[in-house]
Amino acid sequence: MSDYNLSHLDELEAEGIYVLREVAAQFERPAILFSGGKDSICVTHLARKAFAPARIPMPLVHIDTGHNFPETMQFRDDLVKELGVQLIVGSVQDLIDRGEVTEESGFNASRNRIQTPTLINTIEQHQFDACCGGARRDEEKARAKERFFSHRDDFSQWDPKNQRPELWDLYNGQHQPGEHFRVFPLNNWTELDIWNYILRENIAIPSLYFAHEREVVRRNGQILAYSEYLNLRPDEKPETLQVRFRTLGDLTITGAVESDADTLEKIIGEVAAARKTERGGRMDDKRSQSAMEDRKKEGYF
Amino acid sequence: MAQGLLRFITAGSVDDGKSTLIGRLLYDSKTIFEDQLESIEQASTQRGTDGADLSLLTDGLRAEREQGITIDVAYRYFATPQRKFIIADAPGHIQYTRNMVTGASTADLAIILVDARAGLLEQTHRHSFITHLLGIKHMVVCVNKMDLVDWSQERYDEIVDAFRSFSSRLDIPDIKFIPISALQGDNVVDRSEHMAWYDGPTLLHHLEHVHVAADRNLQDCRFPVQYVIRPQTDADRDFRGYAGRVAGGVFKVGDKVVALPSGLSSTVTSIAVGDKQVEKAFPPQSVVMTLANDIDLSRGDMLVRENNQPDSMQDLDARICWLSEQPMRPGTRFELRHTSREAKAVVKEVVYKLDINTLHRIEDDIEIVMNDIARIRIRTASPLLVDDYRRNRTTGSFILVDPGTRLTVAAGVIYS
Repeated sequence: MSDYNLSHLDELEAEGIYVLREVAAQFERPAILFSGGKDSICVTHLARKAFAPARIPMPLVHIDTGHNFPETMQFRDDLVKELGVQLIVGSVQDLIDRGEVTEESGFNASRNRIQTPTLINTIEQHQFDACCGGARRDEEKARAKERFFSHRDDFSQWDPKNQRPELWDLYNGQHQPGEHFRVFPLNNWTELDIWNYILRENIAIPSLYFAHEREVVRRNGQILAYSEYLNLRPDEKPETLQVRFRTLGDLTITGAVESDADTLEKIIGEVAAARKTERGGRMDDKRSQSAMEDRKKEGYF
Repeated sequence: MAQGLLRFITAGSVDDGKSTLIGRLLYDSKTIFEDQLESIEQASTQRGTDGADLSLLTDGLRAEREQGITIDVAYRYFATPQRKFIIADAPGHIQYTRNMVTGASTADLAIILVDARAGLLEQTHRHSFITHLLGIKHMVVCVNKMDLVDWSQERYDEIVDAFRSFSSRLDIPDIKFIPISALQGDNVVDRSEHMAWYDGPTLLHHLEHVHVAADRNLQDCRFPVQYVIRPQTDADRDFRGYAGRVAGGVFKVGDKVVALPSGLSSTVTSIAVGDKQVEKAFPPQSVVMTLANDIDLSRGDMLVRENNQPDSMQDLDARICWLSEQPMRPGTRFELRHTSREAKAVVKEVVYKLDINTLHRIEDDIEIVMNDIARIRIRTASPLLVDDYRRNRTTGSFILVDPGTRLTVAAGVIYS
């Protein structure tokens, strides 16, 4: 290898940093959507690198379903303090309390769908014109179609059949008042890239990603974390297993996998050998072939 | 991983089998996951397809699956022990050419699929020409569906000859031809047992070994300033760093540099990636540079070397691909984006449009409509710092934005 070849991780990092700087340069009120999951942690890490030695020039926005893993909340608060950035929380519970959204009921009830109105509400309230997220094209087939600068109309809708052309790295962030962009600096990363990068950069992540003992419930081939928010069927009983999470979302929909991977190296070994996609454990995607596309059109992450 | 990253696009006409080819690459290189396969098997059964329809892997939108076509580019990722790959699966329909252009603009290599029964079609020509226009230096022409022409070498040779005669007028230095059957997997990952007459590499073998790093310009130092970093914190009150992505050449600490357009000189005092100090920066790295003295330098400006400067131009001679449903005539005003700079621009003249099948110039029709490729002259309100696109893809390219709709309406490359 010559002196002027970049490893593929270096190339992906350079691309992500470039995208984040372009956001800071082109928009009035940008933000980073922070879920506490590994992908948004990586976006935040790239932002730290992009603007060093200055602070990240945009707030972190957390859409809080109220059904959180306590570990994620602690992690979020520690990180915000360390970075010295502003944290803005959009609360699903607040919208429910105000009667603006109605919660689902039943055994598979989740707050996944009503995150969308909460997110849109938060964007409107703070007049964000660009929201950077950790979504990756390799996650899901609708996400495979995403641009880096992805346009949303003034109802926050995505029009996948009529996306703006995006040439070279000349990103066009111009928009009409009320419209905004979702920006995806990690578009070209795979799950394995994320883990290898976390290892290389020594990035802190919530303990939930590592194997631990937990009370869980098996449902439709999934392993769900047992909590007060999960409605049990009569025949279901919590059991204790050694598990870890591949993605972190709302407590009620994020599936765990049985695993003894308690180090990053072991996780990377597992991910490299995995025969199922990481979102294979997400109940929210299983609802139909177009579950993600439909939610994204409405304004989902 | 010896070869790093390869970005490639699959192009060609509708039904030439692009999505099936990608499905085959992913399937045979064992990068399809169980739940993905389960999901497409289920969908294939529902639709009454024989076997798993591999194209369902990339056709991710509801409207695409309904119509069995590709509307927008889908990106797919896979790796072999040799290399990491990013695939842009481009739509074949002429109506979605602008999405193909999107996918091609960041590719190092283009795979053009040709249906062995149909031979070269208008979209084969259009996509090949766009590949040339966008300066992609490596092309692989896959003659697909060889199973449907009885694996005929004669038919294959006919298509290769026809393509060669067309491509002799294009500037693509590296073109390979491979006979394949994406559906049955011949010569994609595994060698075909049906075509003993072909002794070249399989497609995957070629993709793993093609050398593209040399395509990057390491001669002409170009650093468009993207963002100025001024911390305003107690620890770094006096820090002033210039953030950007190196567009050409190698910058080293201690180098004398010139800021354009001001023409002021300075010296590079540090280069950093994040909080890590490095000695040099080269494309496509994103870095922060500091200079020995405070000079006027902000977004849209460029750092270069004194003895190697880009052209400063207000009148551009450009080839464009028109991407908007709204037609364009000379006199129309736009906002032009070039590197990190924006400028008002007006189209002065349509020199000619291109007949994509014959590559003949059409000089008497000056209205540009969607998917047209044309040579135009543009004047900008302020000078741009440009290089010939063939020398530098970053400093030689621009987009036009409609000031009313704010949409990107054209992709342009500058020949100087």
